Amino acid sequence: MRNTILYCLGAAVILLLVRDINLIAGFPEEKSQGAIFKIIFFHVPLAITAMLCSMVSLVASVMFLKTKNFRYDALAVAITEVGLAFLLGNLVTGSIWARVIWGVWWVWDVRLTSALVCWLLYAGYLMLRRAIEEPTQRATFAAAFSIFAFIDWPIVYLSIRLFRTQHPGPVFLSSQGSFPHDWTMAIFGPFGVLMAMMMLATVMTFVRLGQEDSKRELDSLRRMAHAM
Amino acid sequence: MTAFFRQALVITFKDLRAEIRTKEAVNASFAFALVILVIFSFAFDPSEDTTRDMSGGLLWIVFAFAGTLLLNRSFARELPNDTLDALIAAPISGAALFFGKAVANYFLLLAVELVSLPVFGIFYNVHWTSQFWELMLVLALGTWGLTLIGTFCSALTVNIRLREVMLPMLTYPALVPVLMASMVLTMSLVAGKPIGEETIPWLKILVGFDIVFTAASLTLVEIVLVG
Repeated sequence: MRNTILYCLGAAVILLLVRDINLIAGFPEEKSQGAIFKIIFFHVPLAITAMLCSMVSLVASVMFLKTKNFRYDALAVAITEVGLAFLLGNLVTGSIWARVIWGVWWVWDVRLTSALVCWLLYAGYLMLRRAIEEPTQRATFAAAFSIFAFIDWPIVYLSIRLFRTQHPGPVFLSSQGSFPHDWTMAIFGPFGVLMAMMMLATVMTFVRLGQEDSKRELDSLRRMAHAM
Repeated sequence: MTAFFRQALVITFKDLRAEIRTKEAVNASFAFALVILVIFSFAFDPSEDTTRDMSGGLLWIVFAFAGTLLLNRSFARELPNDTLDALIAAPISGAALFFGKAVANYFLLLAVELVSLPVFGIFYNVHWTSQFWELMLVLALGTWGLTLIGTFCSALTVNIRLREVMLPMLTYPALVPVLMASMVLTMSLVAGKPIGEETIPWLKILVGFDIVFTAASLTLVEIVLVG
């Protein structure tokens, strides 16, 4: 039953993305930036989905610390991994955009830098998990660090923004104000790219959750075998 | 409330006494700071004006790296002879234990920094005494931020594999606001400009970070230490 739902959701994601890509390909090109501007249709939803994933991770971590239910720990690790993948997509699309527009693969502007630091924080979370063998300790420490990372991340964004407004950097998205309505709907609408990304994140998280369930089962079987 | 501070102070004095008797961590930390200062001189020409302009930033890289050495030992020194178990079993809250260690680390790191500062001034030909008290304020606030995160991550990583590798990996991304604010403020102060309109927001970020993370660490450390 669960697998059927996941397959249907996955099929819906593919259909949505095909529909959206066709729609986006049909939009006229942006005046000063050309075709590359259309990367925004993927760049922004990737970022928003990654931020949502980090919020869910916070909630899951807090719930684990309160209830000690390992399902919350499994949710935390699954959603963090998925969020990390989407954030990497955000960084890569941003990098490609920068290369075409500004001629360099990387610029230390506000959003790219704070996204990178956020990525490093959550990569540290995953590395911490790998370094701890014992499941309860791993889940507890990871939850504590996840809360820490979430608290830090707005301060990181604020300080990088302050840094970058004082050191003038490249101006981008200057055409942000004049976004046509149907373009906005292509991202934020009910059949938009953001919806497709969120559904994709959900599918990936559930697949990963299934893996965590199997892993816990294997761990307990292994322990039983050792005990006998 | 006073019991909390009294308990924390007992831990602080214990740690400081142990460190002052052996001086191993501060010596290693200071030696490391010297080595980094020397190595940076190869990366950037110390006689250039541009190097002098950014030397305030370099200083905080030195403090961050040397500090990690010190902070790593903070909980790691309790592993032999199971003294960590004894401390956790003691009738004090995990927060008091953490706060005591954080304060001890703070003073040790501050000592290393204050000794490195004149050396830095000599090597890079920087007049760091021009805005002395403001620089001391930045040092005090930035070091507290460094110490907080470092001690928390030290508690987190004390019992895990690859502790020495994990501590920097976890600490530095979390320290980005502190390091950034301290670097900007130090660069401006060392260049002779007092804290003014442009740099006040950074001071606010430093203070804000210290307050938020003092509260967060004291709340979460109990979970990390006791489980």
